[in-house]
Amino acid sequence: MTIGLGHYLAVGAILFTLGILGIFLNRKNIIVILMSIELILLAVNINMVAFSTFLGDIVGQVFALLVLTVAAAEAAIGLAVLVVYFRNRGSIAVEDVNLMKG
Amino acid sequence: MILPALFFYLFASICVASAVMVIASRNPVHSVLFLILAFVNASGLFVLMGAEFLAMLLIVVYVGAVAVLFLFVIMMLDVDFTQLREGFIQYLPFGLVIGAIFLAELLLVAGGWVMNPNVTKSITAAIPTNVSNTEALGLVLYTKYIHYFQLAGMVLLVAMIGAIVLTLRHKVKVRRQDINVQNARNPELAMEVRKVATGQGLQDADAGSWVK
Repeated sequence: MTIGLGHYLAVGAILFTLGILGIFLNRKNIIVILMSIELILLAVNINMVAFSTFLGDIVGQVFALLVLTVAAAEAAIGLAVLVVYFRNRGSIAVEDVNLMKG
Repeated sequence: MILPALFFYLFASICVASAVMVIASRNPVHSVLFLILAFVNASGLFVLMGAEFLAMLLIVVYVGAVAVLFLFVIMMLDVDFTQLREGFIQYLPFGLVIGAIFLAELLLVAGGWVMNPNVTKSITAAIPTNVSNTEALGLVLYTKYIHYFQLAGMVLLVAMIGAIVLTLRHKVKVRRQDINVQNARNPELAMEVRKVATGQGLQDADAGSWVK
């Protein structure tokens, strides 16, 4: 009963699918959509670290670090945009966003 | 040798279960808390894989910064979240079908794929066995990948400036202290001596120039 690369890839695939599913199901709630994107990026990180470990190449972990950076930046900017949108409209309903079209 | 497998299944099952709860729970605050649980268990998986530095980084960055930011924004915004959940049941069958197809495809790819035996020849930086994971990561990150590292820093800088620029606003009504104006004020500017007729006091007409 040894844990191989396939096990970690399976966990990554399940997390990725759950992230996609979260975007589908919570279409109106942009906060949960942002959290689903975080889940997707976590799945990508698990894949990268798994390949890094099982190939014996540390570059995968370097890339996982960069993905982590981008995920943090994306969350900060996304939430800032959300706060500004809420200030202007008083709601965060996603279906009203197209009212901002020029 | 059974203990790593047990811990793998523990971490993996809790991680997946809490990911399910992230997208399914009614209250977004609960979603954030389950997201934290998912990240902590993912960092446990990282420790099992031998990436200790990334595991600790995941806890520091995600649990310490991103999740708290989510929590802060959710509690700051005054939103009726039950209204935002309308349509959840409506999208559920469609989403489940799409998700099942997607997951089946991913697992088929992962299961039916075999690694090229020549892939060990193309390894860029092998994991050194005599140093810790953090040191091994630093040895390549600060030498070979220094430009990527600096670019990551630039991304964070741009994100920080962007977030500040987006959310900063100057209120017009706020009275701010202006030290120059305060220092330039002297008795001649601030006071005025009036001759007041006996028994009459100040008139209302004087009030405009009087109250300054």
